[in-house]
Amino acid sequence: MSEITMRVWRGDANGGDFESYTTERSDGEVILDVIHRIQATEAPDLACRWNCKAGKCGSCAVEVNGKPRLMCMTRIDTLPEGPVTLTPMKTFPIIRDLVTDVSFNYVQAKKVPALLPPPMPAEGYRMFQEDVERSQEFRKCIECFMCQDVCHVIRDHEENKENYAGPRFFIRHAELEMHPLDTNDRRDFVREEAGLGMCNITKCCTEVCPEHIKITDNAIIPLKERVVDAHYDPVAWLGRKILRKTKTSATDAAVQPAP
Amino acid sequence: MTTIETHDYDILIIGAGGAGRRAASEAQQQGLRVGIITKSLLGKAHTVMAEGGMAAAMGNVHSEDNWKVHFRDTMRGGKYLNNFRMAELHAKEAPERVLELEQWGALFDRTKDGKILQRDFGGHRYARLAHVGDRTGLELIRTLQQKVVSMDIDVYMECKVLKLLKDSEGTIAGAVAYWRHNGEFVTFSAKSVILATGGAGKSWKFTSNSWEGTGDGHAMALWAGSELMDMEAIQFHPTGMVWPLSVRGLLVTEGVRGDGGVLRNSLGERFMFNYVAPMFRAETAETEEEADKWYDDHSAGRRPPELLPRDEVSRAINAEVKAGRGSPHGGVFLDIASRRSAEFIRRRLPSMYHQFMELAGVDITREPMEIGPTCHYIMGGVKVDAETAATKTPGLFAAGEVAAGLHGANRLGGNSLSDLIVFGKRAGEGAVSYIAAGGGSGKFKQSDVDTAIAEALEPFDRAEGENPYDIQRDLQDMMQANVGIIRTGDELEFALGELEKLSDRVRKIKVKGGRAYNPGWNLATDLPSMITVSKCVAMGALNRKESRGGHTRNDFPEPVAEMGTVNFTETSKDGKWDGAFKIEARPIPTITPELKALLEEAK
Repeated sequence: MSEITMRVWRGDANGGDFESYTTERSDGEVILDVIHRIQATEAPDLACRWNCKAGKCGSCAVEVNGKPRLMCMTRIDTLPEGPVTLTPMKTFPIIRDLVTDVSFNYVQAKKVPALLPPPMPAEGYRMFQEDVERSQEFRKCIECFMCQDVCHVIRDHEENKENYAGPRFFIRHAELEMHPLDTNDRRDFVREEAGLGMCNITKCCTEVCPEHIKITDNAIIPLKERVVDAHYDPVAWLGRKILRKTKTSATDAAVQPAP
Repeated sequence: MTTIETHDYDILIIGAGGAGRRAASEAQQQGLRVGIITKSLLGKAHTVMAEGGMAAAMGNVHSEDNWKVHFRDTMRGGKYLNNFRMAELHAKEAPERVLELEQWGALFDRTKDGKILQRDFGGHRYARLAHVGDRTGLELIRTLQQKVVSMDIDVYMECKVLKLLKDSEGTIAGAVAYWRHNGEFVTFSAKSVILATGGAGKSWKFTSNSWEGTGDGHAMALWAGSELMDMEAIQFHPTGMVWPLSVRGLLVTEGVRGDGGVLRNSLGERFMFNYVAPMFRAETAETEEEADKWYDDHSAGRRPPELLPRDEVSRAINAEVKAGRGSPHGGVFLDIASRRSAEFIRRRLPSMYHQFMELAGVDITREPMEIGPTCHYIMGGVKVDAETAATKTPGLFAAGEVAAGLHGANRLGGNSLSDLIVFGKRAGEGAVSYIAAGGGSGKFKQSDVDTAIAEALEPFDRAEGENPYDIQRDLQDMMQANVGIIRTGDELEFALGELEKLSDRVRKIKVKGGRAYNPGWNLATDLPSMITVSKCVAMGALNRKESRGGHTRNDFPEPVAEMGTVNFTETSKDGKWDGAFKIEARPIPTITPELKALLEEAK
C-alpha cells in the first residue's frame, strides 16, 4: 500500500484554489477510486461527476495534469511519479470543484436537424453492414465532451461558441450525412450554422477520444470535402441550381417534425 | 418561506433511461405537456451499460422464432413467477418497438440480406438479440435521446426527486426535487407521474450498478401507497470482478467460460465438479477430461460444470469463499490464460482483454482473473397493471427495472432493453388515457413540500453526526453478507435488525459543506430509499421459504410448489421511509389456457 497526493482544484464561479489530499492507494487503482476515497473520508463535499465507472457513459472527464481524461479509465500507475493535478475542463464554465456546466453541448444538440428517413416498409428497412459502418463509428461517441474541451476554437475563444458546434457535433453531422436513411442535405447547415470552416484540423480532438473515433479523418475532413464540392465546385454548383432539392435542405428539415 | 421554483406538466417522468424516454416521446406525441427529470446528465443513465442486445422475436436469423417461443423462454427463465400477460405483451410487441428505433436513427448490425442481425444468448432458444457489437445499450440511449431532443421535450438534468406529492384525494399530483448545481428546491405539479428510475443494486458491496441505482423509484412508490412485488428476486451474476478496487463489481462476460475459462479456488482446484446439483447431473461432465472434450465437439462429452445456470455457479463460488478457499480479495479465480493461447483469447474476447488490460493492469492471456458474484439486476419492483403500467396509486405509473412482473424470479439476458421500450411506450399511453379520462388535479399539498424540504435539510442543521459515506459502506457490507446470493432465515432476521440500527444512524447524519453540488448531501438523500428497498428485499427473502431463480435459501434449498403460486408484496403502513411495512402473499393470476398450452409444449 503506497500513498498518492492529489492536487484538486476546489471552488466555484467566484474563484478557488488547489487543495492537496494525501491518501493511501493500492495497485491498479484509477483516479476515480482515489477521489471516492477522499470523498468518503476527508472531503464528502468534493464535487465530481461519475456514473458507470467503466468508460461507457463519459461522465467523469476532467483535466489530469492539464490533459482531459476519464477519471475512471486513468490508472494512477500510468501517470508520472509525484502529485497528480486535477482541474475541471477549461472550455466549460465552472459549477463547483471538478464539475462544469456542459450545457453548451446540449444547446448544440438541439440545433442538429433530426434524421429524415423515408417511410418505413412494413418489414423494416433494408441496410447493409458496409453502409451502416461509417455512421456506426460516430455512434460509439460516449459524449464525454473531451474533444470539445480540447478544441482551441472554443477553448481559447469564448466568442466562437455562438457559431461553432465543435468536434462532438461534427461527428454527429457526419453520422447523419452518411446515414443510409437520411434524406436531408446538411451541407449548408454545417457550413453556415455549425461553423465547420473554423476547424483547422489540428487533430487535438482525435487524440483525446476515449473511443478512438477518427474524428478528424473520418468525419471532419469528409464533411469539409462535401461542403467544398457543393459550394466551390462550379459544375456541382450549377447542378445544384438546376436539380435543387434532390435532398431536403437540413435547415428546412429542422422545423419539420420527426416521424 | 421563500418562493420555490415551480413547473407544471400533464405528465412528469422521473428517470431518463430507456423507459423514461420512450414513455416521454409517446406522451408528447399524443399532445400532452411532458417533463423529464434525471439526477444525472441526459445520456448517462444505466441503460448505457447494457452490452449484449435487445431480445425481440423478429426471426431474422432463425425464421422459426416467433413471439410464442419468446414468451415461453421468458416464463421458464422467470421460474413462472412472471406476470403472464406482461410476458405475452413483451414478446408480441418487442419486434415492432425495435424496428421503430431505426426510424429514429438506430443502426444495428446487419444480416447478409440487410436485416437486423440477431445473436444467441442464455435462455433464448433462438438467436434473438438485436445488437450493435457490445454497445447496444448506448445505441438505445442515444437513439431515444436524439428522439427526445428532436421533439423538444423539457429535460431537467441533475435534478434529484425527493418525494412524490399527492392531492387531498390521495391522487398523484407531482414531485418535489432539488437541483444538484445549486442545492435549491423545485416543485413539479403534474396530473400523472411515470417512474422510470431503474434499479437498486447500490445497496450491495459488489455491484455492477452505478451510484444512481439507489432504488429511489421503488421507495417513493411504496411511500406513496403503491405495492412492491417480488423484491427478494435479485440477479447476482457469478462473474463480476472483485479486484483490483478499480473494477470491483464490473461484469465479466459468460463468454469467458463459454470459450474454455474455468473457475479455480486458492488451492488451484477446479471446484465446480463438486457442486453439480442432482437435477443437472445427467447433462454435466464428471471429469475434467470429459468436460474439456465438449468445447471442441459437443457430442464428445457432457457440458462443463462451469456452464451451469448462473445461480448454481454463484452459489458454488460463495461456498468456496466461505470455506476459506477464496482468492485474496474474497472471490475465486477465473482462468483462461492456462487453457487457451494468447492469440485465441485476444481474438475471441477482445473487449474483456482490453477491459482488464486498461482498467486492472491484468493481462488475461497470462494470469487468472479474480471474480465473484456481483449484484446485477432487481426483478422485483412496483406492482403494475400489465396493459397500462398503472400502479395502485392513482396517477402513478412505472416502467423498466423499477416495475415488477415481466421477469418473475429471474431475468433472461436481452429482455431488459426490450422491456424498456415495450413498457415505456405502454406507460406513456397509460398516463395519457388516465388524463383523458379526467384523472389528476396536479394540486399537491404545500405542507408535504415543506416537510420534504425540512427533512432534506436536517443533516445540515445538526451540530455533529455521522458521515453518510460510513453508513453507506456499512449498509453495503451488511447486505452483501446477509442478503446476498445465498440467504438463511437467521441471517435475514439479523439483517432486518441491522437495518433498524442503520436507520437510527441515517437519522443522525451530519453533512459537511454547502448545498451546491455536494455529493455527501446527495448520498444523505439517497440513504432513506436504500434502507427502504433493502428492508423490502430482506422481508421478501425471509417469507419466500424456498429457492427459486434469483432467490436462494440455504435453509430451503429446493423450489416449493405452493410458493410458486404466490408473489410477495410489500406495502407501507405510514408512508415513512423508516416506518413499518406489511408483507402479503398474493396469488399469481391464473394463466389463460392458450398461454398455458405454450408452456406445456416446452416440457
